[in-house]
Amino acid sequence: MDFTVFMQQMVNGFSLGSMYALIAIGYTMVYGVLRLINFAHGDIMMVGAFLGYFGVSILGLPFPAAVLLAVVGSAALGMLTDKIAYRPLRSAPKISLLITAIGISFFLENAFNVFFGGTPRAFPVPEYMEIILSLGGLTFSVASLMVPIVTLILLAIILWILFKTKYGMAIRALAFDVNTVNLMGIDANRIIMIVFGIGSALAAVGGIFWAVNYPSVEPMMGVLIGLKAFAAAVVGGIGSVAGAVIGGFIIGFTEVVVVAFLPEYGGYKDAFAFVLLILVLLFKPTGILGLNFDKSRF
Amino acid sequence: MISVKDLHVYYGLIEAVKGIDFKVDEGKIVSLIGSNGAGKTSTLEAVLNSVKRSGEIIFSGYDIVNHKTHSLVQRGLALVPEGRRVFINLTVEDNLRMGAFNNDENYARLRDAMYKLFPRIKEKRNQMAGTLSGGEQQMLAISRALMSEPKLLMLDEPSLGLAPKIVGEVFETIVKLKEEGITILLVEQNAFAALKISDYAYVLENGKIAMEGIASQMIGDDEIRKKYLGG
Repeated sequence: MDFTVFMQQMVNGFSLGSMYALIAIGYTMVYGVLRLINFAHGDIMMVGAFLGYFGVSILGLPFPAAVLLAVVGSAALGMLTDKIAYRPLRSAPKISLLITAIGISFFLENAFNVFFGGTPRAFPVPEYMEIILSLGGLTFSVASLMVPIVTLILLAIILWILFKTKYGMAIRALAFDVNTVNLMGIDANRIIMIVFGIGSALAAVGGIFWAVNYPSVEPMMGVLIGLKAFAAAVVGGIGSVAGAVIGGFIIGFTEVVVVAFLPEYGGYKDAFAFVLLILVLLFKPTGILGLNFDKSRF
Repeated sequence: MISVKDLHVYYGLIEAVKGIDFKVDEGKIVSLIGSNGAGKTSTLEAVLNSVKRSGEIIFSGYDIVNHKTHSLVQRGLALVPEGRRVFINLTVEDNLRMGAFNNDENYARLRDAMYKLFPRIKEKRNQMAGTLSGGEQQMLAISRALMSEPKLLMLDEPSLGLAPKIVGEVFETIVKLKEEGITILLVEQNAFAALKISDYAYVLENGKIAMEGIASQMIGDDEIRKKYLGG
């Protein structure tokens, strides 16, 4: 195999994996504090991508300002869904939460379909992100270089929050013992809301990166990407942020490798994430870095 | 400090606590003793509003019946829960940090005070709390509760599952805390040990107060010894 071709695919895989990772972090953090697979998470990502689109093409904002709008708007939406949909169900069976999440997912998809139509809209990618750089035979756009860099910066920030701030410690404590968190004088509901805010903000960044790389947005874009990011979270070990990132990269690289080196199977590229998901569930259900929640008093 | 009237606790259709009255005066150690299932833990949980209950609870002159658990802790109540329940996936020091969640400005001072009180947890401050022994976890749980500088410290079965020597240390610590001015409500199955350090005690039986009195007199009373203290 040509080394340059190989490296080129690695660059692509890194970029794709970063996007899955950004979205997977939200799944894994929400699962940690609520034991809920938030099936609306992919749609929050879609809303983030749309907000970025509206910001640039309707409000005429510069790209960074549109990203900020998307991040803030998605975080607010994520926290709102927690407050109005999930919080009333705190003591209900977990299956009720799951069904509610699916309901929110359908609601967001269909609401956007009704109001903005199902036709993909071209995303106005800023020109500087489309500049192609070449380095020793490798070529990549500024965008595909930015994606992993921004992801790693955001990951460092998240890990810093989780391990060095009192709010992050409370998030980790909450994953193991909700009642005792309340005994610390901490409002567990507030911490859960913060988790939704962080997860949704990251999903918005992931959604915008997606919209920049495949330059379009449409109301159903969150479905498949969301499911694959969910698979990434499970492969990496649900509940673990670092695991979600690793899982994201594994799925990103797998897809790129399949398309590049097994082109005859390229049509199945979307299936590989789920094959991995099934294999992990069969052989190591806690994933690569999965937390052992057996000792939790959830 | 705290006075409770006509407290009922319900778990679905089951009434675990059936209308009890008790009070804890400032600077005292008061014990709730009684056998397993008498309603001791339910009573503490009811004070902190973490179970369904009714009744009147006055703390420092305020009616606190409608406050949520976290806001009660912010007002000066703290509970060392049964089974210690340290955050096993956090370091010892981070457990203390959680105890001082709403007390940032005093965190460093209190942490150092706790390390002085329990040098053994200082040695292990960077270890995960799950790696500590039972006794060390109990010390950590007490320290963590003290990090919020409570006016009333409630301890639920602090001697449970600990070696006799460690039990002695824990009870000595409770006396020390009283001397420092903290009011203490202690729940114990180990009635004899609890009475020895208490000022006043209530005996719970099937969700009702079967008897109450000055602790030193209860220890001395042969009939009470036979009936409630196992000889």
